[in-house]
Amino acid sequence: MSLWSRIANVLRGDGLSGEIDEELQSHIAEAIEQGRDPSEAKRAFGSVLRQLDESRDVRIIPWLDALRADAIFGWRQLRKSKVTSAAAILSLALAIGSCTSAFRLIDALLLRPLPVAEPQQLYALSRQGIDFDGKLATFDGWAYPAFQQMRAAIKDQAELIAISYAERMDLTYRSDQETEKAYLQYVSGGMFSSFGLRPALGRLLTENDDLKPGGHPYAVISNDYWKRRFGQDPKVIGRPFRMGDRLYEIVGVAPEPFTGTETGTVIDIFVPTMMHPGAVHDDWTWHRTLARLKRGVAVEPVRAKLHSTSRAFEQERAKGFKGMTKESIDKFLDQTLLLEPAVAGASGLQYDYRRSLLALGVLVALVLLIACANVANLLTAQAAARAREMALRVSIGAGRWRLVQLVLVESSWLGFLAAAMGGLFAWWSAPFVVSRVNPPDNPARLFLPTDWRVIGFGVLLTLAVTLLFGMAPALRASAVKPASALKGGEDPHSRRRLMHVLIAAQVAFCFLVLFVAGLFAATFDRLSHRPTGFSAERLLTVDTAVAHPESPVFWDQVAEHLRTVPGVEKVALAKWPLLGGGAWNGFVSVNSAPPAPVLAYFLAVSPGWVDAMKIPFINGRDFRPSDTYPGVAIVNEAFAKQFFNGESPIGKSCAKGGDPFQIVGVVRDAPYRSMREPILPVAYVPFHVIDEKGALRPVGDATFIVRTTSSKPLALASVLRREIPRARPEFRVSNIRPQADLVRAQTIRERLLAMLALFFATVALLLAGIGLYGVLDYSVLQRRREIGIRMAIGASAGEIVRRVTADVFGMVLFGAVVGLAFGMASVRYIEPLLYQVKATDLVMLVIPSFTILAAALLASLPAVIRAVRIDPATTLRAE
Amino acid sequence: MPKPDSLQGSLDLLVLKILSRRPRSHGYAIMTAIQNMSGEVLRAEEGSLYPALHRMEEAGWIRAEWITKDTGRRARLYELTAAGKKQLAAEESRWQAVTSAVNRVLRMA
Repeated sequence: MSLWSRIANVLRGDGLSGEIDEELQSHIAEAIEQGRDPSEAKRAFGSVLRQLDESRDVRIIPWLDALRADAIFGWRQLRKSKVTSAAAILSLALAIGSCTSAFRLIDALLLRPLPVAEPQQLYALSRQGIDFDGKLATFDGWAYPAFQQMRAAIKDQAELIAISYAERMDLTYRSDQETEKAYLQYVSGGMFSSFGLRPALGRLLTENDDLKPGGHPYAVISNDYWKRRFGQDPKVIGRPFRMGDRLYEIVGVAPEPFTGTETGTVIDIFVPTMMHPGAVHDDWTWHRTLARLKRGVAVEPVRAKLHSTSRAFEQERAKGFKGMTKESIDKFLDQTLLLEPAVAGASGLQYDYRRSLLALGVLVALVLLIACANVANLLTAQAAARAREMALRVSIGAGRWRLVQLVLVESSWLGFLAAAMGGLFAWWSAPFVVSRVNPPDNPARLFLPTDWRVIGFGVLLTLAVTLLFGMAPALRASAVKPASALKGGEDPHSRRRLMHVLIAAQVAFCFLVLFVAGLFAATFDRLSHRPTGFSAERLLTVDTAVAHPESPVFWDQVAEHLRTVPGVEKVALAKWPLLGGGAWNGFVSVNSAPPAPVLAYFLAVSPGWVDAMKIPFINGRDFRPSDTYPGVAIVNEAFAKQFFNGESPIGKSCAKGGDPFQIVGVVRDAPYRSMREPILPVAYVPFHVIDEKGALRPVGDATFIVRTTSSKPLALASVLRREIPRARPEFRVSNIRPQADLVRAQTIRERLLAMLALFFATVALLLAGIGLYGVLDYSVLQRRREIGIRMAIGASAGEIVRRVTADVFGMVLFGAVVGLAFGMASVRYIEPLLYQVKATDLVMLVIPSFTILAAALLASLPAVIRAVRIDPATTLRAE
Repeated sequence: MPKPDSLQGSLDLLVLKILSRRPRSHGYAIMTAIQNMSGEVLRAEEGSLYPALHRMEEAGWIRAEWITKDTGRRARLYELTAAGKKQLAAEESRWQAVTSAVNRVLRMA
C-alpha cells in the first residue's frame, strides 16, 4: 500500500471501516451458506466492533491517526483561550506578513533574475573615484564614443550593451496638441538578440538598426505598453509616432515578461541608441553599459581591459579640457572601473533603496523574533498550567515524543493560522510600499509575482518560526515528571529562567528597533525642516517644450502672455526648476586666475525669477531684459564664500571656461538639486544665452515658474495648458508640478523609512510590553504561595514589589544594554541613510531607553498590583 | 484440543501455505481449510484471522481483491505475492528447524 493510500485511509477512516465491515459480513454469509447456525456464526466474531478496531489498527499508521487527534485537540485548546490565541496569531501574522512582504520587495528589486537568457552572465559597468566634492562616488553613466571603444576592445570576451536611463518622454500619435508620456529607453540594437528574446509581434531591433547617428527611426514597444495603450491591437505595427522633431515607426512588440533592465521602471518604448542626440558626443554621459560575458570568460581580465580602454579614452578627452587645473584633471582621471553582477538588472531604484530595504528587512526580522519570544513565553506559561494534564498523559503511557508532538501540533496551528493571515498582509502591503516609493506622478513599478520563490519563502519562514517558538515549550512540556507535577510541586524556577532569557532578548531587539527608528525619524525631521531659502507656496513649475528650438524672445512673449491670465501673480523663466533634478556645472576662475578646483553650478533664469521664487536679495540688482550670458551673473552666498572668502563679489569678474561674466547681485542660499547635499556655489545667469557667433541661442525646453494667487496652484494647471499654445502654437506643456511637490519628493525615501520604522517600532514595543506583562503576571501567579507566606510573616508591600520585579527588571536592563551594543554596531551600515543625525547623540540613546523603561513600568503595573493585593489568608488556605 | 492461542506465530505460515495451494480464497475458505486439513485439530478464530490477513496485506505478502459473486454479494479474495512466496519458504524452513529441534529434544530426554 502506498503512503498516499495510507494517508487517504486516515482521512477516510469511515469508508475504510465500511470495507472491513463488508468483508466480515460476507464471511458470515459464507458460513451460513455452508450450513452453520446463523447465530453461532455471528457469535464466533465476538463483538464486531472489536473486530473492526483491531483490523483498523493494523491497516493505518497509528501515528497519522494520533496526529489527527492532536490536531483536533490543539484546535480545541486554541479556542479555549480565545483572546490569548488571537493575540498570538495576530502578532505572528503581522510579523510573518511583514517579513514576507520585505522579502517580496527585496526579491523583486535586488534578487529576481531578469527574464533573459543566462542573466547570470550580465555585469554592469561603473566607475568609482573621488568626485569634485572630495567624496568617494560611483557613477554608472557612459559616453557613447567611450562605449564604442570598449565594445571593440573586448568583443571576443563579451558583448557590451548600451542602455540609456529610462526617460519619461513626450510623444504623440496624432497632433502636437495630443502629446502623451511614455517611458522610453535608447538601447543597443543588438540587445534583444543578445538577451535571446523573440518578438511577440513584428520584429525586434537588430545591430543593423544601430549603425548611423539619427538614421534608424524604429521603435519596439513592450508587451505591457501594447496591452495598456493599444489593447493588444495587431495593427500597431507600422504605426508612427512623433517625439521631438522626429517621426518613429513601431516595428515590433517585445515578449511578455521583458520590460527593460531598469528594475523598478517598466519601459514602454525601446529605440536604437543611434537615435540619441548624444551618440556622437564624447562628453555626454547618458547611458548605462551592461556587459554580457561569454561563457567561461573570467571577470577580472575583462575588467582590466575595459578599465585601460576607458582610461585611455578619458586621457585623450582630457587633452581638450579648458579651464581646469592639472590637479583637477588628474583627480578626474583617477577612477577605477567596476564590473558588478547585474543578474537582477541595474537601476537607480536599486541603488537608492538597497540599503533601506535591507535595513527594513532586519527591522521586521527583529519584530518577528520578538513575536516568537512572546508566543514561546505564552506557550510555556500555558504548558505550566497544563503540567497536571501532561503528567496524567505520561502516567497512562504517553511517550515523550508523543507529548512533543502534541505541543508542536498546537504550535503548528498557531503558525499555520498566522501564516495564512500574514500571507494576506504581505499580499496587500508589498504593493502599498512600492506605491509610496516614488512621487505620485512618476510611480515605481515593480513586478511582485506570487510564485514559488515567495511562497517557498513564506512556508520556510513559517516552519522555522513554528519550530522557534514551539520547540522549547514542547521539550519542556514533555520533560514533565508525573510524580512531582501531580503533587503540584514542580520546580517553578526553571521555567522562569527560560522566560527571563526571552524577555532579555525581546528588550534587546526592541531597543535596536526603537533606536534605528529614532534615527530614521530624526533624519526625516531634519530633512523636511531644512529651510529651502525660497517660498514654494502657490508656486507652479510648468515644463514646456517646442519641437524645434525657438529664440528666447518667443519664450519671453509666452511669459508675457501668461502674466495676463487671471489668477497668475508672477511669471518667470528658468532652464529647469530648483530641485527638479537638472544640473549644469563648471570650473570658475576669478579675476583671470587659474580655475579653482571646486565645481560651481549654473542655472539660466529670466529677469524676475529671483522675485518670483521669493529668494531674498542681499546685495546688487536683478537681471535686466537686455542682460545676456556670457556677460553677467547673480550668485548665491555659498558662491561668494567659496570664491571670494565672503567679501562682496559685486562687480567682480569671473569666467567659466571661456565665458566671462560680471557679478551683479548676491542672493540668499537655496538648495539647487538635492536637499541632502550641502548648499552648492551657484551662479544664476541670464536666460538669453549668446552663442559663439553672437546670436541668441534658441531654446528647446524650459520651465515657466508661475506664482498663482490661489492657495491651490494646481487649479490653474488646465488654464495654463490651454493658454501657452494660445500664445504661440508650437509651444506645448509637458509637465505641470507644484514646486512644493518637488520639495516633498526630496524626502520620499526618508518619509517612507521613518513611517515604516516607526510603525514597526510601535509594534515591537507593544509586543515586548505584552510579553513583559505576561511573564510578570505568570510569575506572580506562580509565586503567590511564597508571596503569601512572606506577607504573613510581615514583609512590606515595597519588599514584595521589589522581589517580584527585581529579576525581570534586571533582565530588561541587561537586554537594553545588549540592544545598545547592537545599535552601536549596526550604525555603520545605516549611516548613509541618515542626514545630520549622529548615532552617538545622547538624545538618540535616551529616547529609546526611556520609552522601553516606561513601557516596562506600565507593563509590570498589573502584576505588581496583583502581587500586593494577595491576601495571605486566602492563598494559604487554598493550598 | 489446542487452544487457538497456540497457533500464535504459526497462523501466518498456515495462511500462506493454504494460499499457495489455493490462490484467490476468501477469509472463510481459509478458515475452513485450516480446520479440515488439520483434521479438525487446528482452528483459526475469526478474531485472529482477519487482523492477520490485513497485517500480511500491509506487509505486502498477500494482496486482496474484491469480486462480486453470483449471489450479488461482494467477497474479498486473497492471493500470494512474490514477497509472500519468499516469506512462505522462510517460514516453512524455520518451522522445520524448530519442530525437528523440538523432536530431537523429545527423543533425547
